[in-house]
Amino acid sequence: MSSPTKPLIPLAVLPKNELGLTVRDYEGAMSTLCAGCGHDSVTAAITQMYFELSMPPHMIAKLSGIGCSSKTPTYFVRGAHGFNSAHGRMATIATGANAANRELSYIGISGDGDSLSIGIGHLAHLMRRNVNMVYVLENNGVYGLTKGQFSASADIGSRSKRGVPNIVAPIDPIMLGLSMGATFLARSFSGDKEQLIPLLKAAVAHKGLALVDVISPCVTFNDHEGSTKSYRFMREHEVKEIETDFVPWQQEISMPHHKDDAREVIMHDGSAVRFRSVPPGYDPRDRQKVEEYIRERHERGEIATGLLYVNESSTDVHEMNNTPETALSKVPFATLCPGSAALAKLQEDFR
Amino acid sequence: MTSTISHDTASATAGVKTNDFALKLANVNGTGSASANSLLMQAIFRMGIPVSGKNLFPSNIQGLPTWYEIRVNKSGYTARALDYDLMVAMNSQTYAEDIAEVAAGGYVLYDSSWPLDAQLQRADVTFLGVPLAKMCLENFTSSRERVLMKNIAYAGALVALLDLDLEVIATLLTESYSRNEKLLASNQKALRLGYDYAMENFDCPLELRLAPMDETSHSILIDGNTASALGCLYAGATVAGWYPITPATALMDNFTALCAKYRREPVDSPVPGAPDSHQNNYLILQAEDEIAAIGMVLGASWSGARAFTSTSGPGISLMSELLGLAYYTEIPAVIFDVQRTGPSTGMPTRTQQADILLCAYASHGDTKHILLFPANPHECFEFAVTSFDVAERFQTPVFVLSDLDIGMNDWVVPELTWDDDFVPDRGRVLHDEDLAGIAEFFRYTNEDEDFVTPRTVPGSDSKGAYFIRGSGHDKFGKYTEVPAEYQEVVDRLKKKHAAAAHALPAPVEIRRPGAHVGIITLGSCDLAVREAIDELAARGVVADFLRVRGFPFAASVRQFVLDHEQCFVVEQNRDAQLRSLIALETEVDINAMHPVVHYGGFPLSARQVVDAVTTTLEVRP
Repeated sequence: MSSPTKPLIPLAVLPKNELGLTVRDYEGAMSTLCAGCGHDSVTAAITQMYFELSMPPHMIAKLSGIGCSSKTPTYFVRGAHGFNSAHGRMATIATGANAANRELSYIGISGDGDSLSIGIGHLAHLMRRNVNMVYVLENNGVYGLTKGQFSASADIGSRSKRGVPNIVAPIDPIMLGLSMGATFLARSFSGDKEQLIPLLKAAVAHKGLALVDVISPCVTFNDHEGSTKSYRFMREHEVKEIETDFVPWQQEISMPHHKDDAREVIMHDGSAVRFRSVPPGYDPRDRQKVEEYIRERHERGEIATGLLYVNESSTDVHEMNNTPETALSKVPFATLCPGSAALAKLQEDFR
Repeated sequence: MTSTISHDTASATAGVKTNDFALKLANVNGTGSASANSLLMQAIFRMGIPVSGKNLFPSNIQGLPTWYEIRVNKSGYTARALDYDLMVAMNSQTYAEDIAEVAAGGYVLYDSSWPLDAQLQRADVTFLGVPLAKMCLENFTSSRERVLMKNIAYAGALVALLDLDLEVIATLLTESYSRNEKLLASNQKALRLGYDYAMENFDCPLELRLAPMDETSHSILIDGNTASALGCLYAGATVAGWYPITPATALMDNFTALCAKYRREPVDSPVPGAPDSHQNNYLILQAEDEIAAIGMVLGASWSGARAFTSTSGPGISLMSELLGLAYYTEIPAVIFDVQRTGPSTGMPTRTQQADILLCAYASHGDTKHILLFPANPHECFEFAVTSFDVAERFQTPVFVLSDLDIGMNDWVVPELTWDDDFVPDRGRVLHDEDLAGIAEFFRYTNEDEDFVTPRTVPGSDSKGAYFIRGSGHDKFGKYTEVPAEYQEVVDRLKKKHAAAAHALPAPVEIRRPGAHVGIITLGSCDLAVREAIDELAARGVVADFLRVRGFPFAASVRQFVLDHEQCFVVEQNRDAQLRSLIALETEVDINAMHPVVHYGGFPLSARQVVDAVTTTLEVRP
């Protein structure tokens, strides 16, 4: 079904960002997801995030695969360039698009089916290549569009709507990311916009692949008693020890410098992620510590959220390949084609 | 030990064959024979004589039998020969079959360091024993050299036996090993050992002789994978996604090497004295699989870069899903399919043309793709350039269907030329200034005479922003499940595909007066079919020739079938795929075309075509 159009007449005078745009300018079509779907909250957070960052809409490329979550790019930033691709393949399309034009802000929206089953190979290699983009994994443990099968992130023992327990081990995208060399790994909860928006901003500022795993309950198929991806379960088991603020670089001068640099990470563009509270001994740049912490929490039945791991010293796919700082697609043909004299000369080797 | 049979008696019956014979070299894979064999072929090319070299190699790194065939032909018939005048038998494992293949009156050169089994002897061929292992053992100290240099030693013997220009081959060695003096010295020594032995022990030259000609001075010796890579470089491709696969790997290896040489642009380093002050105007991504490779191509093409992938049949199978996405959402893509023998893993190092139907209709649902069929490396270069223009002009995937024979063998082809006034056809793309001039942009409206609608690329003004979707969409690009809206778009795609026929390389057609049959073929069958047509004419069967070079077919393909009472379609697959495609797409009677299929994995030779045609004509006059 086609999405209904949202009424664009503002009911009150809305605040404007640096581009003179209101949050409405960052919205998209009306959602056709189920009422109360966690994904709609994520969409709202993304909308707010881009508005607050004053990102020019045409400089955003939003991509997705197939699934409930993959429908959502139509629901935010209508002025952005969108690509709803094939199941599990978004990472590959995003890699190519980023290769051709590194000037845009890329955001990929995927789900646990799209990313952790059919597309897990592509996600793994996207992390290895460190493609500069935000990768939002809207994680609900269930296949919604095909009516409630378990996904690869469903916990052992978690029950389906029909009461059948899941018996296969879950895949945790954060743990996967740690072993794949991902450089930015965050987890949040769709019901917690206060945490999610700064995390998304930091993800945009990060130069490289920024994975944001958002537990986003499925109200229709996975929000019942016995589910470990329900609103209730999340509210009871989420551990927000690692609270962060995102500080854009423009405001840097007015902010007091933090002495403990383990609690502040300067991003590539000069902005900063400030850790308001972290558990004792936790260093978000120490892969081993992060892994231990997540495992420990997991064993206690808790879900650690926040910016769990970050490495700002890494190089992205373009830096690894020494490409121009501007888009490859803009290099003029005259520069690319060696011409007839070179062709004649190089054929001397073929005689 | 020298030859035990006098070669005078055996060769007395045959006349001298100058620049018209075939050699076959039987080796063990991984023993360094490839460089000696291509050295011989290159030397003949430098003598100005039309020549071809076919490497018939196993899917193996070391140990299995491998063959190299050289055909020398003053008239330019350089398709694969099936009659061998001289066999260099270097693999004792295959002695029996190799010796059996030599034509009566021919020669066998073997390593006489060990005696040849009496059972292998043939009275009608001349055995030339050269103690290759023994002489290399005596003259070289390292065990590696003792193996490698045997190859150069038999090349040296052949120089004497065939009257190959010693100066030419010596120059080639110097060029090849200019950076390694020690290796050069060893090669020169080995060459001389073989040469001197042959001169002292045999009546050189044999009745197979090379004599300088001037037929190759405007030609080059190049394989199709290198030529395709050059075409991509010249077409302005900047992004490539690929996954290693035989026989396509060398295409991307070559593109990588060419980019490293021609696409590095010096830039002012921000750090004074920093070592790496250049930028790469290309990005080649070795993907995790072929699915990712084509995904990368689509992403890059969507974003306005010229992007391509190179693969073989198994890769096309994996790419099929995203090829349908590209077709339906109208994204340009260039795919090189260097075909090998299928199905499944098949025979990775053997050639075939069996991906025709797969590529024509790749992906689920109603799809049709544009295909180009190069016949040789020269066309690989030209069609590579064409493929990017066509892909962007028609906003759709374009397949360049090469094969292992074209891709991996060295071919003598006319030298490549380039027009410096060439302007790439980037197709209908709306830029910000174009968008400013229109009221509203909808992705699939405003079609031109080729049914192509203008697109925008990411980063252009929000007025040109739209949402690509592989799901059902109307001409405005909006999601739809309404039958009429869906059909309107897919009907235009069908018309767009048909319209592309005029933009593709036209069929090569040669009509002869009095012809009563027509022979249709494609790709690497070209030389064998042309030779067969001449041979058939000598036998009183006058045939017209048509080689298709693109799909959708030009109108002349249908006309050609209608013009001939008897048509033959010659191709390298079991199921006569080209014949089916012509029947399906031009609606000519499939029974008007006799299939001539050759699909064992080795390149086609003229005799196979002649036999098939004459047999059919005898049965059905």
